[in-house]
Amino acid sequence: MTDVIPDALKDERIKPVSPLRRALIRPELGGICGTILVFLLFAVVAGDSGMFAAEGVMNWTVVSAQFMVIAVGACLLMIAGEFDLSTGSMIGFSGVMIAILSVHIGVPLWLAIVMTFVFCILLGGVNGWLVIRTGLPSFIVTLAFLYILRGLTIWSSIYFTRQTIIGGVAEKAATDWLAPLFGGKILGGLFTWMGEMGWIATFTRGNRAGQPVIDGIPMLVVWAIVLVVFGHWLLTRTKFGNWIFAAGGDALAARYVGVPVNRVKILMFMFSAFCACVFATCQVMEFGSAAADRGLLKEFEAIICVVIGGALLTGGYGSVIGAALGAVIFGVVQQGLFFANAESSLFRVFLGVILLTAVIMNTYIRRIITGER
Amino acid sequence: MSAIVEMRNITKHFGHVIALAGVSFDIRQGECHCLLGDNGAGKSTFIKIMSGVYKPSGGEVLVEGVPTLFQSPRDAMTAGIATVYQDLAMIPLMSVSRNFWMGREPERGVWPFKTFDTGKADEITVTEMRKMGINLRGPDQAVGTLSGGERQTVAIARAVYFGAKVLILDEPTSALGVRQTANVLSTIDRVRKQGIGVVFITHNVRHALAVGDRFTVLNRGQTLGTAERGTVDAAALQDMMAGGQELALLEASLGGTI
Repeated sequence: MTDVIPDALKDERIKPVSPLRRALIRPELGGICGTILVFLLFAVVAGDSGMFAAEGVMNWTVVSAQFMVIAVGACLLMIAGEFDLSTGSMIGFSGVMIAILSVHIGVPLWLAIVMTFVFCILLGGVNGWLVIRTGLPSFIVTLAFLYILRGLTIWSSIYFTRQTIIGGVAEKAATDWLAPLFGGKILGGLFTWMGEMGWIATFTRGNRAGQPVIDGIPMLVVWAIVLVVFGHWLLTRTKFGNWIFAAGGDALAARYVGVPVNRVKILMFMFSAFCACVFATCQVMEFGSAAADRGLLKEFEAIICVVIGGALLTGGYGSVIGAALGAVIFGVVQQGLFFANAESSLFRVFLGVILLTAVIMNTYIRRIITGER
Repeated sequence: MSAIVEMRNITKHFGHVIALAGVSFDIRQGECHCLLGDNGAGKSTFIKIMSGVYKPSGGEVLVEGVPTLFQSPRDAMTAGIATVYQDLAMIPLMSVSRNFWMGREPERGVWPFKTFDTGKADEITVTEMRKMGINLRGPDQAVGTLSGGERQTVAIARAVYFGAKVLILDEPTSALGVRQTANVLSTIDRVRKQGIGVVFITHNVRHALAVGDRFTVLNRGQTLGTAERGTVDAAALQDMMAGGQELALLEASLGGTI
């Protein structure tokens, strides 16, 4: 071999890379550090507030899971090189659609859920199709849908019910077979047992005396975990995952080697819509009602989670695990400030600072990957 | 020797603009055919037709004697025509291995749990890169850390590995330094010796003369004919590319092909 290799091709100028630097270019690193930091911070300032008791843990877990569900969709889409600003409006829209269909039109709840999922995923496809066909930035196309969907949600809610909050879903859900998939809880027995063992607190008064303060893990949390595992597997272990990276890294280069970039991007828009639908359905089942203003600003919160998790806004680089950690940071900070009795408006200050730090760090990381130019 | 790919009288119009006005070109096994031309001469349009990105407005593409119409770059790749683009060859943020296999990832397992066989992919990538004379720090090294010449080499290695019969190199040396250029030129030579036909697009006459077996010059969407190695010198090629005042003189020397 060596006889055919010219000297110039020997990599005499490549320095050995330190393990620290190697670890630094993992996209999740920022998320891992941030998570540790946030937990340490709140262990100090809110350690005795019940934040880390069973009830408190469940509180911020559910909030983190909410962010996680939409962050997975936003993450894969961002790595594929696009944004979806219509996520929040999609949440409001699909919630109201389920409620109107089931409560006011009388469609069985399971069918209402299925119809909503199909319609919203198609809407996501339309988003993607428009972005691909027009070549416009997805920022603009989905911004249009942010307004269109929100407007349609409020209009249809008032048109059908003369109000913006539609109740009555809980009664329908009680007898429905599909509803527990979104609104149910699992492992109730485990928590009862843990309560009996005295590991977690139990109610001491009222008609639930003796029962544990947590009666199970909400399906929302299960959905979050399933979506994160699926997303991570898809991205890092499959051919399609490689296409997601390629589509976002350089769409033209990917297209030239035969990667179906358009299909990848449209599918990711559809997946983002699916995640929004999961979020909305879980929320509707939990509250027993839908409201036209649900999901406000969720699109930005999802993007923030993804960016904190180490993904680049320009696409082609990122991690679902990172995004999930971003969601945990988001959830813990939001609920932690509440437990710490801090002024709630400070949350946004905190969030802005984290976001800025994450973006600056990501830019630095990208310079390392692309050879510091 | 018969041509692997022959392009006959290719024309291409973009609206009112005539990008190509009847260009003929062919590529044989184991040769390096240089396509020369100044900026805007139509080189890029021509190779995009050859690689299936554009469809020609007129003319014929024959692959091993059979008239063929490529619907997509994928069709051209299936026919054994691989293209390495100057700036679009690689995705810097992705690893060498992921780039190498992009669009043709090996899989294992059963549907729907098919996974990207990274072990196999990494192993083959390292082996193939070593054959081309590049020792990677690891298959997960990002392409962004490679030099421009190394990136071209990864792209060439990829094309060769996937059974290219014709390798189109779009200005592979235009952005490179002297040593990097030498590496790419020696890679071209190595590939040619494996029996692959190399189409080398450049506007640098010296690079072309260093490895070329035949030379075709494009000027304003037209070809000025094909010359064998040894029948032209740098000055002549340069003049043809410029389409300058000595055009009439050259017309005679090329046998009136214009």
